[in-house]
Amino acid sequence: MVTVTEKIKVKSFSVTFDGEPALKNVNFSVKEKEILGIIGPANSGKTTFLRTLNRLNDLNPRYQHSGELLIDGKDIYQKWDLFELRKKIGMVFALPTPLPISIFDNLAYGPRRHGIGNRRQLREIVERSLKSAFLWDEVKDRLNESAMKLSGGQQQRLCIARTIALEPEVILFDEPCSGLDPISTAKIEEAMQEFKKRYTLVLVTNNTKQAARVSDRVAFFLMGELVEIDQTQKIFTVPKDKRTEGYVSGRYG
Amino acid sequence: MRKYYEFVVEGLILLSAIASIIFVLLILIFLLKEGFMLFRTIGVFDFLFGNRWYPISEPPRFGILPLILGSLWVTLGATVIAVPLGIACAIFIGEIAPGWLREILKAGVELLAAIPSIVLGFIGLVTLVPLVKKLFGLPTGLTALSGSIMLAFMAMPTIVSIMEDALNAVPRGYREGSIAMGATQWQTIRRIVLPSASSGIVAAVMLGIGRVIGETMAVMMITGNAAVIPNSFFQPVRTMTATIAAEMGETVQGSEHYFALFAIGIVLFAITFAVNLLADLSLHRKQTIG
Repeated sequence: MVTVTEKIKVKSFSVTFDGEPALKNVNFSVKEKEILGIIGPANSGKTTFLRTLNRLNDLNPRYQHSGELLIDGKDIYQKWDLFELRKKIGMVFALPTPLPISIFDNLAYGPRRHGIGNRRQLREIVERSLKSAFLWDEVKDRLNESAMKLSGGQQQRLCIARTIALEPEVILFDEPCSGLDPISTAKIEEAMQEFKKRYTLVLVTNNTKQAARVSDRVAFFLMGELVEIDQTQKIFTVPKDKRTEGYVSGRYG
Repeated sequence: MRKYYEFVVEGLILLSAIASIIFVLLILIFLLKEGFMLFRTIGVFDFLFGNRWYPISEPPRFGILPLILGSLWVTLGATVIAVPLGIACAIFIGEIAPGWLREILKAGVELLAAIPSIVLGFIGLVTLVPLVKKLFGLPTGLTALSGSIMLAFMAMPTIVSIMEDALNAVPRGYREGSIAMGATQWQTIRRIVLPSASSGIVAAVMLGIGRVIGETMAVMMITGNAAVIPNSFFQPVRTMTATIAAEMGETVQGSEHYFALFAIGIVLFAITFAVNLLADLSLHRKQTIG
């Protein structure tokens, strides 16, 4: 019998910014090694949720939360070491955000900050992560060039590779293809299917078709509420909630 | 009619733009013309590297090495004090301080910039100079060190505000990307933010130094004004600016002394021009690390 463990568990979780609610009493869980797609119109709380998972919202002084958020059964605010959490929970942003340093240094940045200084070890990590992000062949001869010179799609794959270099357990994608062309998008979606074997993925996307293509399950957020979460096929064919149906059929959003 | 109006407005704007250039050129020409008159009687080398400045003895000596070194010592001291303080202050304001504290500190720095230099000099004269004298057991507190400390206060606001702008210009994505990989805030500042802002930081330092070199009144009040080659920070020194300010009123127009002061002006101009040019080049350099 296969037991599917819950990687992330969200218990009556609410978020406010300066008292303005952004997430309202959300309850659900993300299973180990699945791709969970999160869809919903603007201001539905998708990105807020994502940025809560690796505690990036902590940078915003207006942020307040209540409820519990467990990863591996441990509360992220109480039991996890902040830097260890961010290492284990990787994040890929909507806009490619390479650091203004060389390709090699971009990849080595995370491992170095976590104490890996050995040049040969770093080299291995860089090569392995670039290969997993399907970028190695394109950049292997120019690892010392600035990462800013790469194209948008390459930069985004670099950011994915950079995340993988830290050997995470969960990878958060925040609309990772919103600024990319269809071919780059396809490459990244292909990579996600590979990642699924090793990591738990949470994908926030404005593109419902992408959610349908990539995700195992889909959660629909609206105005800070979780309206529905179910198998991808069910969400797109027989949604339980009228609002979900309206959104996925393109009636509003 | 509308076309005519456009023509007049454009013409006026062009004229204002040209006027500023013309004024600068006229000032420069006048400065050079008066200054170079000195070199009919004295060699450039003797002027720059002569170690005696006795403009009213007989025969007069116009060696400005003590003055150049005076300016350099005071500037060096002020730089050593102001640069680390200014950079640390800008990092705190720009990266670390919470919003309310940031506003208070920024207002404070701006206020520091608003204090007239003569007031700073005056305060330095009655508070800092006796303190330096007592602290180091010196015969006089009117020393290069006092001048450096006072000038550091004048350079600080320039350094802090320009560097803070440079830090602000670093894209938020760099910081978030670094933080999201589990780097600490200090690691992010040191490895990503500061290198990204480096050209702005260099410019900030250069403009701060420029401010120090050109400062006159405060320095004149508290550095003692002895035109001797200094060999420590605990001696009185005389800067180029202070020399011009102190002696210009007493020279006969068209005399050698008068021309010598203009020649000092040329040296000063060349130095500040070089410093500003470096700052400018650094600001317009493309912002990438490594």
